Amino acid sequence: MREFRYRRPTDVDEAVALLGADPEAAYLAGGTNLVDLMKLGVQRPDLLVDVTRLPLGGIEPLPGGGLRVGATVRNSELAAHPLVRRDYPVLARALLAAASGQVRNMATTAGNLLQRTRCFYFQDTGKACNKRDPGSGCAARHGQNRELAILDWSEECVATHPSDLAVALAALDAVVEVAEPDGTRDVPFVELHRSPGEHPERETTLPRGALITAVRIPPLPAARRSAYLKVRDRASFAFAVGAVAAVLDLDGDMVRDVRLAYGAVAHRPWRAFRAETELRGRQFTPELAGQAADAELAAARPLRHNGFKVPLIRAITVRALTELAEAQA
Amino acid sequence: MSAGAVGRAHPRLEGPEKVTGTARYAVEYPLDDVTYGWAVPAAAVRGRITRIDPEPALAVPGVLAVLHHGNAPRLSPDVEAELYLLQEPAVHYRGQLVAVVVAESIEAAREGARHVRIEYDTEPHSTVLTADHPGLYRPEKVNPGYPTDTSEGDFDAAFAAAEVRVDATYRTPAYHNNPMEPHATTAQWRDGRLLVHDSNQGSTAVQAALAELFGIPRESVRVISEHVGGGFGSKGYPKAAVVLAALAARQVDRPVRLALTRQQLFGPIGYRTPTIQRVRLGSDADGRIAAICHDAISQTSTITEFAEQTAVYTRSMYAAPHRRTTHRLARLDVPTPFWMRAPGECPGAYALESAMDELASACGIDPIELRVRNEPTVDPDQGHPFSSRNLVACLVKGARRFGWGDRDPRPGSRREGRWLIGTGVAGSSYPARARASAATATALPDGGYLVRINATDIGTGARTALWQVAADALDVPPERVTIRIGDSDLPPAGVAGGSMGTASWSWAVTRACQELRDRLGHHSGSLPPEGLTVAASTADEVRAQRPMARYAYGAQFAEVRVDADTGEVRVSRMVGVFAVGRVVNPTTARSQLIGGMTMGISMALHEEGLLDERYGDWVNHDLATYHITGCADVEQIEAEWVDEEDADLNPTGVKGLGEIGIVGTAAAIANAVRHATGVRVRDLPIRLDKLAGSSPFA
Repeated sequence: MREFRYRRPTDVDEAVALLGADPEAAYLAGGTNLVDLMKLGVQRPDLLVDVTRLPLGGIEPLPGGGLRVGATVRNSELAAHPLVRRDYPVLARALLAAASGQVRNMATTAGNLLQRTRCFYFQDTGKACNKRDPGSGCAARHGQNRELAILDWSEECVATHPSDLAVALAALDAVVEVAEPDGTRDVPFVELHRSPGEHPERETTLPRGALITAVRIPPLPAARRSAYLKVRDRASFAFAVGAVAAVLDLDGDMVRDVRLAYGAVAHRPWRAFRAETELRGRQFTPELAGQAADAELAAARPLRHNGFKVPLIRAITVRALTELAEAQA
Repeated sequence: MSAGAVGRAHPRLEGPEKVTGTARYAVEYPLDDVTYGWAVPAAAVRGRITRIDPEPALAVPGVLAVLHHGNAPRLSPDVEAELYLLQEPAVHYRGQLVAVVVAESIEAAREGARHVRIEYDTEPHSTVLTADHPGLYRPEKVNPGYPTDTSEGDFDAAFAAAEVRVDATYRTPAYHNNPMEPHATTAQWRDGRLLVHDSNQGSTAVQAALAELFGIPRESVRVISEHVGGGFGSKGYPKAAVVLAALAARQVDRPVRLALTRQQLFGPIGYRTPTIQRVRLGSDADGRIAAICHDAISQTSTITEFAEQTAVYTRSMYAAPHRRTTHRLARLDVPTPFWMRAPGECPGAYALESAMDELASACGIDPIELRVRNEPTVDPDQGHPFSSRNLVACLVKGARRFGWGDRDPRPGSRREGRWLIGTGVAGSSYPARARASAATATALPDGGYLVRINATDIGTGARTALWQVAADALDVPPERVTIRIGDSDLPPAGVAGGSMGTASWSWAVTRACQELRDRLGHHSGSLPPEGLTVAASTADEVRAQRPMARYAYGAQFAEVRVDADTGEVRVSRMVGVFAVGRVVNPTTARSQLIGGMTMGISMALHEEGLLDERYGDWVNHDLATYHITGCADVEQIEAEWVDEEDADLNPTGVKGLGEIGIVGTAAAIANAVRHATGVRVRDLPIRLDKLAGSSPFA
């Protein structure tokens, strides 16, 4: 692998400055994805800026409700936190459905959100990939693409975002706190990740050198009844072939509020706004849930090997919402 | 035998070393002046290298040398085409190892490998096996020497006349062995002698191959393989790593460590060939089979012929007067397939034992009863008597243990919440063979004994089993016995493969120990300081074995649940009952059997090499994307055995049990999935999207 330098700053400004000064530098958090990609030659930074000693740990309740989760909080710590388990079960379940115990002990909150696609072709420098090597083509478009996108892909890229945590945060309307060279700002979670379009190498809306410092989860009492369903090819340590995060708030049998997000269907965690619109203010039935999923999936364009994802996502949408409804009955 | 060590459970002798990390594997021996080798895979599928430019690699700090066909030391071309490495510009498959970078550090070697510039002339390639591939041909024999085709009676007429017929085609994908320890070697040349620490399943064969390749006497090569982190067949013969390391060490005149990467295990070391298998069964209404036919198609490479014996299983498993088996091969631009746990039997049994289940359904007969009704009295293939055949005993005991009796055979008849529940059964068999081996036994003046044999413990517990066998043969407590294995300086022995390790080695150990006892009986006075040593070889005895059908048998039972919405399959329960002769060490035997069954779950549900025909290689070439069954996929698993005495095997009476566990497992699971859902999946693995036609996604 390429020889690289290593720095471990202790304050955020220094970290951001280090990145800003070196166009080939990369942040290192848990290392569960980046280090693999470095060994494979997919990413070749010349400087690693280790952010795990920055003061970005801790999970704090916010004054008006909700939680603020530090960027370097490990996935296992977040999943086990009593307030997460009580107020946002969808978040805890998404985390625990991901990776393995060992990986969760290392992986951080921000690193999880910024992990790269697991598309076979992205991870193999011998194959064409616009995300890894812009302009080289997308081998996955007509290759082995069972795991890849059905929504919002482009001819340039059909990759999916692999995170489970991100699907839950999309459903919860989280906000990402970002430090940039000229200050800090808040980014709504659903605006963090990009569609692939013609530039799949750009995965987020963050400028180069930006550092996620925390994720705020707003108060959402209905999220105490929330669910994360993940479908995968083996019982553990596998990325989703389809996932749904759901929050359902019923008033009697009327849908007062609903949040839905899908995983493993698109280049970004997929907030299903269209389905939510179909559901909100109407009498909940499993049939309505199916219609809502159909509305969301009307835009689906399956690839050669992943047509099964459309009925699969529909099925888990119906199940997740129906189980939440039954629990409130 | 007063000691009675054989048959008693005992933990592995080297267990503490392994769990504390002090057991040394091939590239873990401390060495001064060591260098690191990194193999470079070809980026072309078929063609030839026209130019190699090593300069950018040599410019990487720490890189010492780049070996390739233009500068590597010469090898003998007469040993094995697979091992004729870095000698020619020809490229036979994508990923073929065509260069080695040697450097002062592993990081520099890896970075150097990235910078070797290779240009190719390429030709069109063919990498996908199909039933109508224009290159299909009939090999002269199939592994390891069986006739390609067999025929008895008149299959076509009998099948046409049968009251009940099953005619189904089953497919299995490429499976990759993936031992935890990759193929890895440390090689050193000293004064014209070659010393390698190597990860393999039989260092006697590695020693012989290296000596011939480098044109030096066998005595000038020493291969040490004290601990081996698995092989599953892929290390059953010398492979690229050891040859590349030896070449590199000679070139740089320093020790070289070279381990293949996980990605490089998907190709250059072999894999289980994909198969396409048509099985036809014709029976009367009571399920008595009149006609069996099994036509198997698999692939080989353009380098050498590897003919998987896929249909051989069907030749001896069930009775039928009219029978036929055939094998056809396509020579593709792919790596050469190789042995993977129960080669032939494993994919073949998936097809036949699935077809038996289809026949049971078609006849309305319980699948266990169907197998009982078609039990042969002699080997249907050769007409030889069975040394022992306890398939029915395994089925009966397993049925009781599993609770088969109250099964409602109707598909989809059990549902618990969102889960569709089903159960399935399959038979298994695997040949019980032995190879000639040699051993020595030494009585030491301090009252201890030293037993030496070049057996290999690839994680099976072989070392411990031989120690137990030796103690009983010497009639002493095992604590007085020291066993030495895993070094080609020891008496030569057969490979840890084909489920014949313990049978072969225990035979030689027993003879050496028995002869030592005889000698000691005639010895008077004290022993000399070096002790008293006798040597024994089983070559004559093994050769003199009378023709007989010698097989281990088994019955696997599976309970699965299938998510009615998503099609996800989970194996809730597995029971395997086996007839494997005498069990030397119940602890390690059980581990082998449930390990085989677990690998069978993996074969049924998870593993699949996904080939991209444009690139000509498998795109899911790591353990994150090539799924292997994990602990969470194995919920309840039990392995048991029936008491079996078989005097026609070897002195210890063992049949070998490294492979029988996997043989029928995938069929048992596929049969259970059919029972749960009504969907018969005839192409493995059984992925959730293949069940979309049942109630899932309704």
